[in-house]
Amino acid sequence: MKCNIALAQINTKLGRVEDNLEKHMDYIKAAQAQNADLIVFPELSLTGYVLQDLTPTVSHHPTADDPIFRPLLEASQKMDIMVGYVDEDIRNRFYIAAAYLSRGEVLHVHHKVYLPTYGLFDESRFFAWGDGVQAFDTPFGRMGMLICEDFWHASPPYLLWLDGADILLLQSASPGRGLGQAPELESAHWVDHINRAYASLFTDFVIHTNRVGFEDGLNFWGGASAYDPNGQRLVLGPKHEEALVMVEIDLNQLHRTRARMPMLRDERTALVQREMNRILNGKNCGTGR
Amino acid sequence: MSDIPIYREDHRPEHDMSINTELARKILTGFIHSEITRTGFKKAVLGLSGGIDSALSCYLAAEALGPENVLVVRMPYKASSAESLSHAQLVIDDLGIQSMTVEITDMVDPLFAKFPEMNKMRKGNIMARQRMIILYDQSAAFSGLVVGTGNKTEILLGYSTLFGDSACALNPIGDLYKCQVRQLSRALGVPSEIVDKPPSADLWAGQTDEADLGYTYDQADRLLYLLIDERYTPAECIEAGFEPDFVQSVVERVRRNHFKRILPPIAKLSNRTIGYDYLYLRDWGT
Repeated sequence: MKCNIALAQINTKLGRVEDNLEKHMDYIKAAQAQNADLIVFPELSLTGYVLQDLTPTVSHHPTADDPIFRPLLEASQKMDIMVGYVDEDIRNRFYIAAAYLSRGEVLHVHHKVYLPTYGLFDESRFFAWGDGVQAFDTPFGRMGMLICEDFWHASPPYLLWLDGADILLLQSASPGRGLGQAPELESAHWVDHINRAYASLFTDFVIHTNRVGFEDGLNFWGGASAYDPNGQRLVLGPKHEEALVMVEIDLNQLHRTRARMPMLRDERTALVQREMNRILNGKNCGTGR
Repeated sequence: MSDIPIYREDHRPEHDMSINTELARKILTGFIHSEITRTGFKKAVLGLSGGIDSALSCYLAAEALGPENVLVVRMPYKASSAESLSHAQLVIDDLGIQSMTVEITDMVDPLFAKFPEMNKMRKGNIMARQRMIILYDQSAAFSGLVVGTGNKTEILLGYSTLFGDSACALNPIGDLYKCQVRQLSRALGVPSEIVDKPPSADLWAGQTDEADLGYTYDQADRLLYLLIDERYTPAECIEAGFEPDFVQSVVERVRRNHFKRILPPIAKLSNRTIGYDYLYLRDWGT
């Protein structure tokens, strides 16, 4: 089976959800014209990134009675859609969230688990952290979604892999930083590096979309990419410019690669669990020494 | 003698501060274009001194917005060097940007005359602030935003006048050390007369930045890079070969001048105070 994926590396307006929705609908139409099966938007694609005190004013629910999600759910009748937004739970906690919409239904919502609060980041000042990492079934196989800092940690992709995800959908609003002599920023290099590593280590497809544009002095570098289970890069979008980046993945590649590289077959999950229990129950728990 | 072959790591250039100029150019022109047009403007106003920092900002603004959308203002005082004016003219001619010259002598001399004891620093500050007044007036007249020209080295050292040359709506070059400003200027075609001359605030005849500061920009750049970007402690900088007195004076200067880098603190009384718990980016809603 093949899946034709559109990676929307868009700019957003900070705190203007309706304007951003309009752009989503434009990109969805363009992706339909390219016969896409799935379109992937970046982190907080409906809201913009450095929300600060705008956070409680831009939250939405992925339900058919929500004015922002209604048109997206309708559009998902023809094509699967992954969007980024601010989710508010019934106890009024706010999450950086990703929703996967398919055939008018919400198949899965992921709340960002790792909220960077260091350096230029201040996410956990404004957001609650998600408390789960789960794969889910789609018409194109089992997938998992992660948001930016989630995949700067090795455990969430690992958990999704064990939970059956063959396709990792990663979305970012990654501020560019680290200008040296190289033709790309250190942050862009780093993300590319680890995405290739996940594809290789897990013999999975790794699909990544990152936004572009500026918010005050921060630049977002785009560079959407897809890796196949051999760790080969299938596509790389332009840096710092809006684009709809198209890539077709051949799901039969999973069969071919895993016949040759049986990392999944050989993974010792019981050993991992046993050793995790030992480490976490030990008297020096958490310090590693 | 053992015949075990020994391999060593390749020689690593230590703390090379050079940058990819094409990438810097792409990000900085994108920044200028985004931050000016999203607020409904399309033009920029800059003070052009004839020095490298304002020249580089002009080249970036002209590329980002088109030369017809850039207005530069030359604002000499009677003691300013003629070379500064002619170097500014090189930039104007090369880029085809709009320009005007507004001499500040008649504006600042009456204030100087009221305080005969006024020292050079006070006079320099007044000149820098007078230039700010002219730039912000032209900002309104030309419907353009004032683009700043301060680099990372001088911002960290506080080598600027608060509400004077540091005043701007956006600053494209404030995260580039002086040596990186030189590298990017060469790549963008800033005339070599400007790139290669000794940096000067040109507030009085013969003034140079390096004489004012007491050290060279190259020394300051390398030390600041270790302290700020690489998070070295002062002791580690000394261990890396810098003179202890130099390290101490730079560390102290950076700390003492921090007030120039932040908005004035507001005394907190309410539950929601601007700057503490009323937090929005400037780009809010755009």
